[in-house]
Amino acid sequence: MDSALGGLRVLDLSQDVSGTYCGKLLACYGAEVWKIEPPSGDPTRHIGASTSDGRTKPGALFLHLNTGKKSCTLNLDTERGQEILRRLAGGADIVIEDAGPGVMEERGLGYNDLSAANANLIYVSLSAFGSDGPYAGYQATQLTLYALGGYMYLTGDPDREPLQGPGHQPACLAGAHALAGTVIALWAREPGAGGQHVEVSEMESVAAAHQWTITRYNFAGVIQRRMGNRYDLTHPNTLYPCRDGYVAISVSTEKQAESFLLLVGQAELLEDKRFRGGLARLANADAFDEIVAPWFAERSKEEIVLLCQELRVPCAPVAEVDDVLEHEQLIARGFWREVDHPEAGRLRYPGPPFRMSDSPGQIGRAPLLGEHSAEIYEDGTGYSSDELARLREEGVI
Amino acid sequence: MAAALEGIRVLDLTRVWSGPLACRMLADFGAEVIRVEDKAARGPSRIPSAYARGSGFYPDGEAGERPWNRNGFLNKMNRNKLSLTVELDTEAGADVFRKLVATSDVVVENYSPRVMANFGLDYERLRQVKADLIMISMPGYGMTGPYRDRVAYGTTLEPEAGLSSLMGYPDRGPQRMGIAYPDPVAGIHAAGAVMLALWHRRKTGRGQHIDLAQIETAIGVVGEAFLEYQLTGERPERFGNGHATMAPHGCYPCKGEDRWLTLAVRNDREWQALCGVIGRPELANDVRFSTAEERRRHRDETDGHINAWTKDQDAASAMRVLQAAGIPAGVVSDAQQLATDEHLQAREFFPRLSHPDAGTYPYPGQPIHLSATPATFRTDAPTLGEHNEMLLRGVLGLSAQEYEALIEEGIICDRPPAPPRLEQD
Repeated sequence: MDSALGGLRVLDLSQDVSGTYCGKLLACYGAEVWKIEPPSGDPTRHIGASTSDGRTKPGALFLHLNTGKKSCTLNLDTERGQEILRRLAGGADIVIEDAGPGVMEERGLGYNDLSAANANLIYVSLSAFGSDGPYAGYQATQLTLYALGGYMYLTGDPDREPLQGPGHQPACLAGAHALAGTVIALWAREPGAGGQHVEVSEMESVAAAHQWTITRYNFAGVIQRRMGNRYDLTHPNTLYPCRDGYVAISVSTEKQAESFLLLVGQAELLEDKRFRGGLARLANADAFDEIVAPWFAERSKEEIVLLCQELRVPCAPVAEVDDVLEHEQLIARGFWREVDHPEAGRLRYPGPPFRMSDSPGQIGRAPLLGEHSAEIYEDGTGYSSDELARLREEGVI
Repeated sequence: MAAALEGIRVLDLTRVWSGPLACRMLADFGAEVIRVEDKAARGPSRIPSAYARGSGFYPDGEAGERPWNRNGFLNKMNRNKLSLTVELDTEAGADVFRKLVATSDVVVENYSPRVMANFGLDYERLRQVKADLIMISMPGYGMTGPYRDRVAYGTTLEPEAGLSSLMGYPDRGPQRMGIAYPDPVAGIHAAGAVMLALWHRRKTGRGQHIDLAQIETAIGVVGEAFLEYQLTGERPERFGNGHATMAPHGCYPCKGEDRWLTLAVRNDREWQALCGVIGRPELANDVRFSTAEERRRHRDETDGHINAWTKDQDAASAMRVLQAAGIPAGVVSDAQQLATDEHLQAREFFPRLSHPDAGTYPYPGQPIHLSATPATFRTDAPTLGEHNEMLLRGVLGLSAQEYEALIEEGIICDRPPAPPRLEQD
């Protein structure tokens, strides 16, 4: 059984989460991904890194985002380094960069520069705001992108400040969009159409990943506000505290609402005008929760989930990270992959994000800094061994 | 140049958000995506006017003559697609579907795993009809394992995948994101998965089945948290709007009702610039704030100084001033600000589409920009069953008689059934 992207060569120049996540997905499904790092290493390498016994352990973010890649170092701020990258790009199928608008062009390594020598090249640029428009030159972090992309206003308690989301979601959404964009470009390349430039912005990736926020405003002037752990349009779609933690429950149809009220012993509420229909229950959610809360408080997560699921009411335990690592379903499906890393040791990594029956994904380990430099330069540049020795002496590689 | 995915036919059986989004991405790049809908898929033929007003899904809050064609939540997912109604739980309906599969490249479904099997339309059986078929199933828990038949929504999977424990106010419990976040995560990855399978088919001639468990995809986008736990043995701290290394890093109130600004200081130089912007240049030399670590320790004080400035500022103007000083800042945009955002407008992110029942509106566009084969916005969402005749007679070659028989037997339709009873408004 082979891999989907076997035989394709990717130069991953990413220095940020967005491009690095895209590169991880390409590596997972079989592409040969060469991570090109500055001599000091991808800055992500140092986030959360620790040193003990004189040895440096890379941080979790780096380990996760770079599974299955190979690494070489190259100083792209020198002319020789740029020349070497142009050589490498001549034999590559895909280049990924997330340096920000104009940075690669300044180095003579933009799409036009590299595609001139390799018409089949697919050049993938990820950035916070895209290469043009009023915010193109703006600085951004994940926090400011959660805010500008419209997620943050929807998140948190109504009477407190809005909240950012977990991890690096604007970047991951952009990286996942970039996976689709890259393979669409590959598909279009084949009939002789040549390569092209794929651009993805994080702000747009968030703005496109709204369920109904923008449409409800355009259609009816509705501006959705944050509502704690409740959800718009119906109730109960919320988290309830229970005996040993919290459960999430999501009633969306009236049939589910009926099943739920029968389950919690409140069938008479079916006749109560305050609770007839999702919008009415939401408007009276405080009163509703007061009535049902004792039922949850007396029961365990497991008990509640099983009772609800039996009635086809969506319900799940609220999990801490260690609960997720022990999650029965994930273990039964072999989701966690044990991967050994010479510096970080043996850890359980999240498996591929989807399972392809004929070209399954793989989770390899993240590379050491410059671990594959010799191999990459020999295979990728066409330099003779004398030339390579000289470049090494000069400190370019 | 032709659209990238011209000639690819996708059968979209999906519901709600994740699957429709995946198929919308493929449709934007030129795939022929056929919504395969049952007669009740868009709700009943009449809806309570209170819901039409309260939901915000209907233009101007009006259900109109054909509410099933006017629902913005459904329509925004289905631009560039065709609509075929067919009752898959009937023998004749399943037969029509199998014939269509024989002419198609991809089937996308997000039912719980037993549904397609109950229709007799699971992958093993459909590949008998089309040997190189690509099919993706995207249920909450995947196609195997002890939880496979459990019901789930994005709103239950998000906390189950651990995301809700990784965020929230420091003094409070787990927090959900305010949207059913695992849905778009699954949908966007699924579009990539279909493309990978198409690419694989081109090389090998073989189709395949993709099993996307939405809980697994959601875990992958916060994967570092699980490695961090194994490395440290500690559950991650709930930061609120803080950050492990950057400080200040937060959300600050501005002038007006519920107006907020986020800003992040990545290094000491940005801190010094911030002190100038907020009119407190002397703080730049204060040893209590000289490093990120110090600023985190004195977070209440730094936040107090920033609040004192932001509370009298217009959020958008403050963002521009901070950006001019090189400091990452962004307003907390609500729906109106997002829909009218000057940057998104300048980039023409919102295509305007016209619909016979819903009217003309802008919709969120496509964040993937391809220089040679760009996304196109050709048609608004189809009306229910709009392409029944074109697909069944034109593509499958049914006779007029056979086609009429399907209508009479209730296998295909162009309006949903009436509701059993209409709730009192």
